[in-house]
Amino acid sequence: MMVTLSHYLTLSALLFTISIAGIFLNRKNVIVLLMCVELLLLAVNFNFIAFSRYLNDPAGQVFVFFILTVAAAESAIGLAILVVLFRSRRSINVQELDVLKG
Amino acid sequence: MFTTLLFYALSTVLLAAAVGVITARNPVYAALFLILAFVTSAVLWLLLEAEFLAIVLVLVYVGAVMVLFLFVVMMLDINVTTMREGFLRYAPVGAIVAGIIVLELGYVIWFRSDGLPVGTTLVPRDAGYSSTEELGKVLYTQYLYPFELAGMLLLLAIVAAILLTMRHRPGLKVQDVAEQVKVQRGDRVRMVQMKSESE
Repeated sequence: MMVTLSHYLTLSALLFTISIAGIFLNRKNVIVLLMCVELLLLAVNFNFIAFSRYLNDPAGQVFVFFILTVAAAESAIGLAILVVLFRSRRSINVQELDVLKG
Repeated sequence: MFTTLLFYALSTVLLAAAVGVITARNPVYAALFLILAFVTSAVLWLLLEAEFLAIVLVLVYVGAVMVLFLFVVMMLDINVTTMREGFLRYAPVGAIVAGIIVLELGYVIWFRSDGLPVGTTLVPRDAGYSSTEELGKVLYTQYLYPFELAGMLLLLAIVAAILLTMRHRPGLKVQDVAEQVKVQRGDRVRMVQMKSESE
């Protein structure tokens, strides 16, 4: 039995599901939420690369390249916001972040 | 056969690491599990013959992003026990949503994949094939403008991250170069008119 496209799609779907469950489980800790978002993006990248390989189209790899760029920028800015937030509130609990509430 | 065994072994490690990320008590362990997940995915991408992206994943994610994560986790003084409150309370909701997503994705992958080559097996590419070269050919011709935009985006991210974390503490004795350059003669010298006096 060889590895087919379905194998990779199933693996990526499982990874996606685990990360979604992680977002629900770690509702309070912003750092772990960011890590779960990184895992979600990794699952999507898996799909892109598998499709690119099995359909013989390098455009899928270009998309992964851009997703990696955007994800790196996102996590850098996200962590910077987190540091500023911790400096002013001394906490990163999501449920205490309600200063913008009217 | 060897590839299949490798695929299953790596997939097991990857999924175990992902479960470790979402259940680890300490955020440092979560970050380390995430590094394991990224390295395992890089090896799986090598199985798919995407060498360039596998190396980029290790260099950019494990080398830069995860180091950033670890720095931030260790810099912030997080109370782990309060962060874990509600972990079990929200577990049923998470399980329900995960179940729904499994059903949806399983339906799409197993029953609605008519036009896709889901059952075909891969023919290994010949030794002279370079995925880096193929990627470069498309990236620098057809996707040139998106590529430039990605560079701009990274610059924007650098500036934004530095600006956000720059700290202005009052009372700090530092030179303000702009103020020094801007100074005029009138700010420093005061001309006084007075009568000359003699003995």
